[in-house]
Amino acid sequence: MTTKVLAIDDSRTIRNLLRVSLESAGFEFHSACDGQEGVDVFPDVDPDVVITDINMPKMDGFGVIGSLRSGPNRTNVPILVLTTESSDDLKARARGAGATGWIVKPFDDASLVSVLRRLTGHVS
Amino acid sequence: MPDPAEALADTQFEFITFSAGGQSYCLEITQIREIRRWTPVTALPHTPADVLGVMNLRGAVIPIFDLSARFGLGATPGNERNVVIVAAVNGTTIGLLVESVSEILSVEKSAIQETPDIKSEATKHSIRGMISVDDTMVRVVNLDAVLENSTGAAQ
Amino acid sequence: MSMNSIRDTFFEECEELLEALVEGLSHMEEASDDMEVINAVFRSVHSIKGGAGAFALDRLVNFAHAFETVMDKVRDRELAVDEKLMALFHRSGDQLSDLVASARDGTDLDPTAEDSIVKELESYLGPEAKAEEFSFSAVTLDFDGGAPIDLPDLDLADEASDDQQPKENLFEVHFRPERALYENGHEPLLLFDALAELGPLTVEADLARLPDFDSFDPNDAVISWNMSLVTPESETTLHEIFEFVEGLCELNISLSSQAPCSPKPEALPVETASEPEPIAEVASVAEQQPEPKEPAEISIAAPDIVLEKQPEAQPSALPTAAAPKETRGPKPTLRVDLDRVDRLINTVGELIINQAMISQRIEELDLPTVAHLTNELEAYKLLARDIQEGVMAIRAQPVKPLFQRMSRIVREASDATHKKAKLVTVGDSTEVDKTVIERLADPLTHMIRNAVDHGLETSAIRQSAGKEPVGTIRLSAAHRSGSVFIEISDDGAGLDRERILAKAIEKNLIAPDVELSEPEIDNLLFLPGFSTAGQVSNLSGRGVGMDVVKNAVQALGGRVSIASTQGKGTTFTIVLPLTLAVMDGFVISVGNQTMVIPISSILETIRPNSKDIHVIGTDSQLVNVRGAYVPIVDVAHSLGLEDAKARETNGILLLVSTEAQDLTALRVSAIHDQRQVVIKSLESNYTAIPGVSAATILGDGKIALILDPEELIKLAHYNPLDPFAQNTKMELRHA
Repeated sequence: MTTKVLAIDDSRTIRNLLRVSLESAGFEFHSACDGQEGVDVFPDVDPDVVITDINMPKMDGFGVIGSLRSGPNRTNVPILVLTTESSDDLKARARGAGATGWIVKPFDDASLVSVLRRLTGHVS
Repeated sequence: MPDPAEALADTQFEFITFSAGGQSYCLEITQIREIRRWTPVTALPHTPADVLGVMNLRGAVIPIFDLSARFGLGATPGNERNVVIVAAVNGTTIGLLVESVSEILSVEKSAIQETPDIKSEATKHSIRGMISVDDTMVRVVNLDAVLENSTGAAQ
Repeated sequence: MSMNSIRDTFFEECEELLEALVEGLSHMEEASDDMEVINAVFRSVHSIKGGAGAFALDRLVNFAHAFETVMDKVRDRELAVDEKLMALFHRSGDQLSDLVASARDGTDLDPTAEDSIVKELESYLGPEAKAEEFSFSAVTLDFDGGAPIDLPDLDLADEASDDQQPKENLFEVHFRPERALYENGHEPLLLFDALAELGPLTVEADLARLPDFDSFDPNDAVISWNMSLVTPESETTLHEIFEFVEGLCELNISLSSQAPCSPKPEALPVETASEPEPIAEVASVAEQQPEPKEPAEISIAAPDIVLEKQPEAQPSALPTAAAPKETRGPKPTLRVDLDRVDRLINTVGELIINQAMISQRIEELDLPTVAHLTNELEAYKLLARDIQEGVMAIRAQPVKPLFQRMSRIVREASDATHKKAKLVTVGDSTEVDKTVIERLADPLTHMIRNAVDHGLETSAIRQSAGKEPVGTIRLSAAHRSGSVFIEISDDGAGLDRERILAKAIEKNLIAPDVELSEPEIDNLLFLPGFSTAGQVSNLSGRGVGMDVVKNAVQALGGRVSIASTQGKGTTFTIVLPLTLAVMDGFVISVGNQTMVIPISSILETIRPNSKDIHVIGTDSQLVNVRGAYVPIVDVAHSLGLEDAKARETNGILLLVSTEAQDLTALRVSAIHDQRQVVIKSLESNYTAIPGVSAATILGDGKIALILDPEELIKLAHYNPLDPFAQNTKMELRHA
């Protein structure tokens, strides 16, 4: 069974990088280019895990976490935050908002896959 | 010229033979795009006598050379049998006015002889080799040489 | 998708981000406290940094980081934007752009400017921030899927046992998730999987807090686990596994005993949970156990419900009708290979020609009743034109990025000349052919520099003249009557015509006694070798003059003109064709050949009386145009088409203005028609021909040459002694 990933990032480069890393690791890859689009496509994609950037137009990563973790459509799907900042403050904020985990950009392939595996039980 | 080391002995090559300046020439069939009846061309200023002008080939502008004049054999006299051989070389398409087209020649690689040492280096350069058919000698045209001249390098 | 193509995409994206950055910065000038704008600027820099990090472009990353950090302070309202900071942001944007270019092209970039900007940026941060903030380092991506994994918790156990005798630790782990752990998307089972990878693991569920089935809320976290793990790993490694759930659970990890590692690790005595009965085994955990360790025997003693995934909002429960995607964001776009577009444009060109040919053929048939056929043909023609316009629009791009680049030029020029200048752009969204945009960059840069350097006065002079101390350079674009108009104007002092005249005389460009009108003096600027700067400034330098600009514009089939008012300023107007693939031309006869001449080059057509034509010397003719004598160049003669003796004495004269000669009258035999023609290169299959810029295909399928007036006149002037020497062979045999 393939594991579906929804990656939300406004950078085409990062989306491409994620796609290459994750597809080669056997994930089914979906993407959205801003927070709002991510939240909108979430029901259709029905991912097993969400990866989201923090700084994005329209809706930032905290907004994404917030709308996936609250309201009538709340979900317990793991949400992995992509961030360039590794401060404890940001981690605490992400965790507080409902993020499942985080990975610091620039990420390397193997640790990304390993973290996702840990969050989803995905087997390559 | 096909590399003797690479080609098998029985490899067949197909040539189209034609006459230009009263002499017999041929071109490998793979280089030829089409053969057209002669139609008037648009003359180009500031060009040598063997450049007849340009012709519209399905929207592309292609230069037409008088092969006989190109080989120093004088201008091709106007005749109903005159045709333009459209050939492609190195991504460039050109037309060659010749007196008439004769036949398709299928020969083995071994039947193609190297051009012997002749006086005119230019002539030697414009001929890739020779094929003997019955009693006549058919010269294999070196299209690259025709094209080089067209850009003025040899003029 | 290869790493290289991702890299290409990154640089493409950088271009867009830099554009957005420049735009954002210029908006910040107007509204420095607009959070939307500041966020957009921050994001641009941030995204460049993020992408650059993936490609280990450290220099770019570090600079973007410094820039971003200061921008972040502005975002957090810790820092107010004043003029000085704004200028620094602009310079930082320019520097970022240079760094991107240098990373892309692999060229060296002098770090002097970069270092000084970084220092300035740092000065906006607290002293303690510096050391920490700038330690951001890039990690290179590893795209070999099978390469060793960076995480310490996977294979190290095996390696370690080869080297030395590591100790096997027995850890007792107490883990009680809180409800938030499940709400954050965590799954305890996966944590156990991760632990089991470290060594034999026993998991026992503690159901003490399990309420009665009736009052059971599946969202409540009521189960806790006690685990024993035998592993050579350290406690830190265990904590790393729980990193994400820290604060979301009660976690207690304790080292209960150490034992030397047995040479062949067996399944250590693992307590199988006895009470209540094991209900399910977690097979997947065992399967994932790395070799050569023995599978851990894990039994979880718990009622069914524990092994079910924690209930979560089922996706099916979500409303399926999401907001329609079309209503959001910018219009969807499609990235298409330029080659494909150009192929399509070529094919459409054929269609146009084909349509003209069909029309002509049908006309030649001279059919008795063609009324309805004519209508159909007309409809066909209109459709073909529509398709052509549509296809051309694909190549069209807004001038905005080009104009944005000019704001940097203005900044640099005003810094270099110590003049104050601002750029105002109008008509950013005007669309122009992509190639035109590309080839306009250099001429525009030059003209903008000129406008600051030569056009504007210093602030002091401006103020004494009652003007704003800051000069304005206005750059505008507009579509007007099928052409693109680009204007570059300054509100400076206007052209100093006396100086221009003196300079032209000094440089022997004109005779000292010649009488010139004001526009004629202004046009001296376009003469080759003319430079208006009294002293060579470090900006405009020598050798690059307006003649270069004029050539570049003419090469695009356009024209450039100049207008200047004393004390008010100078305006340069560039008029360009909308597209380079088709051109408006006059279909003319030259001798017995049909040719095309671009309308853009023709100022006026004259049908002269023989009394207006005067002969000078043996060969030259002049025509009197409203009192001015203009040299005549016979086109057929210039092309070597006919013998000079057979030259027509009247024909039609086309008045053109060229760089070499102010005005020249080109003589042709007749003008037939004015029409749009599809431009076909001669060079693709042949070679360039002097006096001929390209060819086109007329309605009858014949090729007509497109003339290049500039070159024609040069041919006539530079080869006057024997223009036919090489052309006598040019008869139209077979024609």
